[in-house]
Amino acid sequence: MADRKALPFRNLNAKIAAIPMVATTLVVFLGGTLWTVLYSFTSSKLLPKLDFVGFDQYERLWSSSRWLTSIQNLMIYGVLALVFTIAVGFLLAVLMDQKIRFEDTFRTIMLYPFALSFIVTGLVWQWILNPELGIQHIVRSMGWESFAFDPLNNPDVVLYGLLIAGLWQGTGFVMCLMLAGLRGIDEDIWKAARVDGIPRWKTYLFVVIPMMRPVFITTLVIVASGIIKLYDLVVAQTSGGPGTASQVPAMYVYAYMFQAQNLGQGFAASTMMLLSVLIVLIPWAYLEFGGKKHG
Amino acid sequence: MKLTKLAAALCATVALPLAAHATELEVTHWWTSGGEAAAVAELAKAFNASGDVWVDGAIAGGGDTARPVMISRITGGDPMGATQFNHGQQALELVEAGLMLDLTDVAEANNWKEIVYPPSLLDACTVDGKIYCAPVNIHSPEWLWLSNKVYEDLGLPVPTTWTEFVASAPQVEAAGKIPLALGNQNWQSNLAFGAITIGVGGLDLWKQVNVDKNMDAAAGPEMLAVFQAAADARKLAAKSTVQDWNQATNLVITDQAAGQIMGDWAQGEFQVAGEVAGKDYTCLPGLGLNEYISTGGDAFYFPKNSDPEIEAAQKRLAALLVSPEVQVAFNLKKGSLPIRGDVDLAAANDCMKKGLEILAGGNIVPAGDMIWSPDVQTQLGDLQAEFWKGQEMTPEEAQARYVEILKSGL
Repeated sequence: MADRKALPFRNLNAKIAAIPMVATTLVVFLGGTLWTVLYSFTSSKLLPKLDFVGFDQYERLWSSSRWLTSIQNLMIYGVLALVFTIAVGFLLAVLMDQKIRFEDTFRTIMLYPFALSFIVTGLVWQWILNPELGIQHIVRSMGWESFAFDPLNNPDVVLYGLLIAGLWQGTGFVMCLMLAGLRGIDEDIWKAARVDGIPRWKTYLFVVIPMMRPVFITTLVIVASGIIKLYDLVVAQTSGGPGTASQVPAMYVYAYMFQAQNLGQGFAASTMMLLSVLIVLIPWAYLEFGGKKHG
Repeated sequence: MKLTKLAAALCATVALPLAAHATELEVTHWWTSGGEAAAVAELAKAFNASGDVWVDGAIAGGGDTARPVMISRITGGDPMGATQFNHGQQALELVEAGLMLDLTDVAEANNWKEIVYPPSLLDACTVDGKIYCAPVNIHSPEWLWLSNKVYEDLGLPVPTTWTEFVASAPQVEAAGKIPLALGNQNWQSNLAFGAITIGVGGLDLWKQVNVDKNMDAAAGPEMLAVFQAAADARKLAAKSTVQDWNQATNLVITDQAAGQIMGDWAQGEFQVAGEVAGKDYTCLPGLGLNEYISTGGDAFYFPKNSDPEIEAAQKRLAALLVSPEVQVAFNLKKGSLPIRGDVDLAAANDCMKKGLEILAGGNIVPAGDMIWSPDVQTQLGDLQAEFWKGQEMTPEEAQARYVEILKSGL
């Protein structure tokens, strides 16, 4: 019992040192979040006003075709980006792990795109995919006059244009995470597998990948939360066009909060984004922290 | 040591008297294209010549990008000296929240009520009987700009109406040109639709829908015809892949596209490129069908400031912006119309003269920004962007959603 009483005062210095951080989290993050959710139930226009209208903003949100397109786009982009960054990233990490020469150089090259912001990535890929400047122009000037490659101006495929840029930017980072995971696998596991005569690809698939579960989960969360807040890449590459074909939820939030001067609508949309982040985060927290207690 | 002190003292004696008269005012605006920058330089020149200092705060990326920056600076307690808005409802809430300087005394001293023409411009600046902005120009979006060379090369006469333009489009397309240039941003599709509404639908319909807010008219067969005309137009614009309006104008200037529906600010671009109205390009107000123009435009608002010196400078700038000399110098470069009928624009080119005639004839309607809130405008922009760029949405579907959006703004 005496121990229990002393508990709040143990490591007092450390606890005092943590106060600013705790206060910031509570006031800025949690406070701001609650404030946003509260005002999403009001009819606030340019300036926030406490004039409650119930679920009106949410009703309008879910009947707005721009929002629905945004959600749909995000789902398609999200699933493809998730699958491809992780698959390609892992594959690159495995190749990198084959004790190749100049590994450092390759790793640097692969990681370089990640050092660029999404704005720069978006602009560069906008130029590369632009029919008058980029790939189409180059191929045509080499003689294939009928060659057509113009993904950013075709509403049906514009998402894949974004995806190319997103993958180019993000895969290197995933590769590094995966490589770290692979390096964490004990050399003895490989020796044991070799003694048992298990082919390498089988070892990767059935032994190494299950052992790398924590790395995969962390990667999943980092990539997924990056996808949900996808904004600058789209702004730089297509600004949501052609038409509304490449709109994403974050753009809707910005447009209605600031351009349309309709804070209530923007808050409702951002609350919906928060919900989707929670949907990603809660299972992760459960797997990461809940799982350990039981196992 | 002594020398630097002496130098500092000298500097102080020189700088102090200057500082007593010259006040720095930061002015934010979104005039960044070639023609616009030339025009805003005229304002800066006049303000600097009057003894104050113009600190230019241009924000690139168009009004949709600039306005959020301006508003967040004003609401966030970091107000600039003066800022551009389109007069109308964009800054209404800021005025109502008491964040803008009341200019009524400046307006009375300079007799704005008498000289500002059309009076609707000043009405748009007035909230509860007080004047909060200084209008600087009139812009109308209902213009069709045509490249004469495209038609000359094809051996066709340059169209004089929208109907002729549409009829000649297949030949233009066959020659490998884009019939209609249209930038990829939502407001540009919305603008083109507005111009087609007044051109094809006519004044009565436009007034019924936008002024009387008659929703039956908005859902009626006449409006459907407008949507059908817009559906034809979107086919003509299908190959246009640029983003910004001035890039689209550039397609017309360089004769890659036959025409563009854009406001009269496009004129500044033709001028900077050295093209001559009537010879290199043709302009058709009201798309050549109904020569009506809406009198939107730009105005300067002055956020409230606690420093009395800045406030005095703000009022000096407000008076200066409306003065005849500045009006002439600015509007000639900008390609827009002056906000007072008593100035002489002898140097105006063909297109501006057409605009002035329409203005003098009183064939004017209020601008969208004055009638509908930014919320409705944004939704309309979303709808038009989807309608113009998607090719799948039928005119009937688009009309149904159009009516829904207008109803949300009633």
